[in-house]
Amino acid sequence: MRILNASGCLDALAAPEVARQLDAFVTKTVTPQPREGSAPPRIAETAHGMLNAIGLANPGRERFLAEHLPRLRELGVPLWVSVGGFCADDYAETCSGLDDVEAIELNLSCPNVDEAADSAAEIVAACRRATELPLFAKLSAAHADVAQVARAVAAAGADALSLINTLRGLALDRQLRPVLARGSGGLSGPALKPIALHAVSVCHEASGLPIVGMGGIQTGRDALEFAACGACDIALGTVLFADPGAPTRVRTELAAACADAGVATTDDARTLAKSPETERKVPA
Amino acid sequence: MPSSASPSRLRVLGSELVGPYTLLRLERDALEPGVPGQFFMLEAPGRQLPRPFSLCLAPSGELAFLVDPIGPGTEALCGLRAGDEIAVLGPLGHGYRLDLERPLLVGGGIGIAPLPYLAEQLGGAPPVVVGFRSAEHAEAAALLPGAEVVIDPVLVTELIEPGFDVLACGPEPMLEAVAALCPTAQLACEAAMACGYGACYGCVIEIDGALKRLCLEGPVLDAQRLTGRVRSQVPVVARSAVSA
Repeated sequence: MRILNASGCLDALAAPEVARQLDAFVTKTVTPQPREGSAPPRIAETAHGMLNAIGLANPGRERFLAEHLPRLRELGVPLWVSVGGFCADDYAETCSGLDDVEAIELNLSCPNVDEAADSAAEIVAACRRATELPLFAKLSAAHADVAQVARAVAAAGADALSLINTLRGLALDRQLRPVLARGSGGLSGPALKPIALHAVSVCHEASGLPIVGMGGIQTGRDALEFAACGACDIALGTVLFADPGAPTRVRTELAAACADAGVATTDDARTLAKSPETERKVPA
Repeated sequence: MPSSASPSRLRVLGSELVGPYTLLRLERDALEPGVPGQFFMLEAPGRQLPRPFSLCLAPSGELAFLVDPIGPGTEALCGLRAGDEIAVLGPLGHGYRLDLERPLLVGGGIGIAPLPYLAEQLGGAPPVVVGFRSAEHAEAAALLPGAEVVIDPVLVTELIEPGFDVLACGPEPMLEAVAALCPTAQLACEAAMACGYGACYGCVIEIDGALKRLCLEGPVLDAQRLTGRVRSQVPVVARSAVSA
């Protein structure tokens, strides 16, 4: 099981010692044009997580390719590039400009932009035509039937899924006004874990695609639960903010959690979860 | 970012009330105190995110932080007792430049937090002027022996004379007034931060004409770099406000 960062939750150039703990570094989402992002305040703590409205701040495709990517390569960590946009062509053009990275993650689910995008399957299909690199489709659990979206992106050529993105939420201050300047934001942290486990489970059943599981993972035991639901790999997001040593810690804890659960590997956790004696069907 | 990516678990040595604030004293362990104005992320027990604090005092073997209990996180920190442990990451960011001919330290409210360690590191007993909103808050001036103290409605900026190299920390209106009086001042700014090391992109303020992460660029900035309003629109005004 590889341990990655969730896109947008780490700047590998600002904190290379954190990035080097990862099996692959996922960039912040790159859009065709530069974006300054949302006005502050951009973050708010909530009871079991946090809200963010960063607004896809990024240097834009041209500067990313010319300035950021060469510096990221120097870190010696496998790179995944998160690609975003506002129509299928936006995504496809960025994909066609990428080579020599380990994978592309298509951000199909940022809650902090208002622009309407084409459907997830249309975007994946356009990107499939534009690149031979592995395509990970990052989906939102806010969809009424995420398993159906998983089947659609699989049919459109996605190689794998990243599950889940943040979910839209709202926090109010003492005067009952939104804390975030943008109003709403994406909810992350432990509050998401049960939602993410369910999404991983049903998308695994529906699509059969490899899955990077994320959403509230804080410990090795959390990571093992994602494996049991069908995730091959996991990504850490909000936990990195409080604990930049989390990748190393979670990796160590995962080995102990496997031993506690009586499984040799995370693959065995999935096998155990699916065995006739232990399997309980998860309704979609 | 400090050489160790993981936060250190530091033991609480004790805490004492200083006016309405709490001086939280931690065992230093292997952490460096850093340059005055740099900050540390302190675990707030029971909360999701750590809180940023500049170092107030660095007695031998200790790191001490001044905490204003204005929200659940800072209240949890004020409730720590000797023997408790919290995770601490730091020192982070950029502090004050100390190669100055005529330093003058200016603080407002909980913004006096970094000044005791700053005065110590500058040496030579630099002049200090501080302002508070009430006599109770002004009890915290005990951390700065010899400081000139004013209380609302008198403003600390009324005590700033020309010709000094000003190093300031305080509420946003105070920093804006200091910047207007002393364009070469160094200002310790604040913003809500989730991580303190550039990962969350949450702490942006307008610096050099663009939204930039305060944790990486500051928190101490030359006044002329603050091209927008000083404030990050955090809906409270004191140094630890972001640490609610």
